[in-house]
Amino acid sequence: MSGQLVAAEGLPWPPSVGDFYPPDLAGPWVTKFTLMIWLAVGILIIFFMVAYRNPKLVPSKGQWYAESIYGLVRDNIAREQMGKDGIRFAPYFTVLFCFIALTNLFGVTPGLQISPNSHIAFPIVLAAITYVMYLYIGVRKQGLGRYLKQSLIIPGVPWPMHFLLIPIEFLQNFINRPVTLAVRLFANMFAGHLILLVFTVGGFVMLASDNIFIQATSIFAFLMAILMAFFEVLVALLQAYVFVTLTANYIGTSLSDGH
Amino acid sequence: MYLAAEGVEHHPLVPIWQELVVGSIAFALLCFVLMKFVLPRMETMYQARVDAIEGGLKRAEAAQAEANQLLEQYRAQLAEVRTEAAQIRDDARADAESIRTEILAKAREESDRIIAAGRESLAVERQTIVRELRAEVGGLAVDLASRIVGESLADEARRKGTVERFLTDLESAGAR
Repeated sequence: MSGQLVAAEGLPWPPSVGDFYPPDLAGPWVTKFTLMIWLAVGILIIFFMVAYRNPKLVPSKGQWYAESIYGLVRDNIAREQMGKDGIRFAPYFTVLFCFIALTNLFGVTPGLQISPNSHIAFPIVLAAITYVMYLYIGVRKQGLGRYLKQSLIIPGVPWPMHFLLIPIEFLQNFINRPVTLAVRLFANMFAGHLILLVFTVGGFVMLASDNIFIQATSIFAFLMAILMAFFEVLVALLQAYVFVTLTANYIGTSLSDGH
Repeated sequence: MYLAAEGVEHHPLVPIWQELVVGSIAFALLCFVLMKFVLPRMETMYQARVDAIEGGLKRAEAAQAEANQLLEQYRAQLAEVRTEAAQIRDDARADAESIRTEILAKAREESDRIIAAGRESLAVERQTIVRELRAEVGGLAVDLASRIVGESLADEARRKGTVERFLTDLESAGAR
């Protein structure tokens, strides 16, 4: 039945992975997704440059917003996770947070309506930077040997346990961390978009039905879509927060001496 | 399965390499611009603000401390002044008391002295008067008696004895 509807209305039902890959605008370099990335970069640069073109001790409104974001990341993420050392990483974390939050919010922005982070390439880039950063910092701070020892060997367990624990710790610290970081962000955005598609497109599909009862029911689908859109805003910000917090946490472990 | 059926579908877990490149470059650009031109200034501003606020707090604290100290000082001074005033009042009261008693004593002494002097002079006066009267009354009585009787009592000794007797009688009568 739904197949008939799709044929009738031209609506892509059910939503599929194909919906995440719209046709290229001009070759593989200029797509909706790459343009959104440039848009995000442009918005953030302009926002911060304008907000901070003439900073004052008593801030203007724009300056205050910019500083609030910075303050949030600086105090609630960097310092919380890493202590005083974290403050020098706060600028990068702020950029990271803003970039992820904004690109995530594209998922509920009218006209864009999909987050670039629902293409795993972008989370991979960000997670890779985090990965390289915490490895590099760990090795530079403690030396390769000590860093590996700290990362792999849990002190105070009977030695035969290390046959089991070292591979687990290795998997945990050097593979799972970056992979989950990237996949978590990607999956949240991917699923969020899928949910919105299901309710929105589903609502239209129901509306296009011949059955008056099904048409009436479509209202619930639209209500749900609206509800989910708000939920997506929350998820967008939360995922940005989680990503940055975990990055800070990983770098913090690299900096700290204990296990 | 699904992918194979659609043919053109892209596996969502396989990154598009062009996007990796674009993402890296774009994010690097973003990081470069913001971390070079904006965020260091933000940190500086943050510190400046913290300094300003903490400095302000410190100044306020210092002012508060100074005010407290002054208040303490004033209180101490006030208390000192109060005790001093009380002291002065007590002294004055004591002085007044002593002056009063002194004056009273003096007055009493004076009055006593005056009274004593009065009494003495009175006694002297009385003595004199008594003496004079005694001589005069004797003469008068004799004169009167001789005039009444008309005869002059030639006998000096008798006359004296008579007068003495008379006066003694008179005195004893007066004393009674």
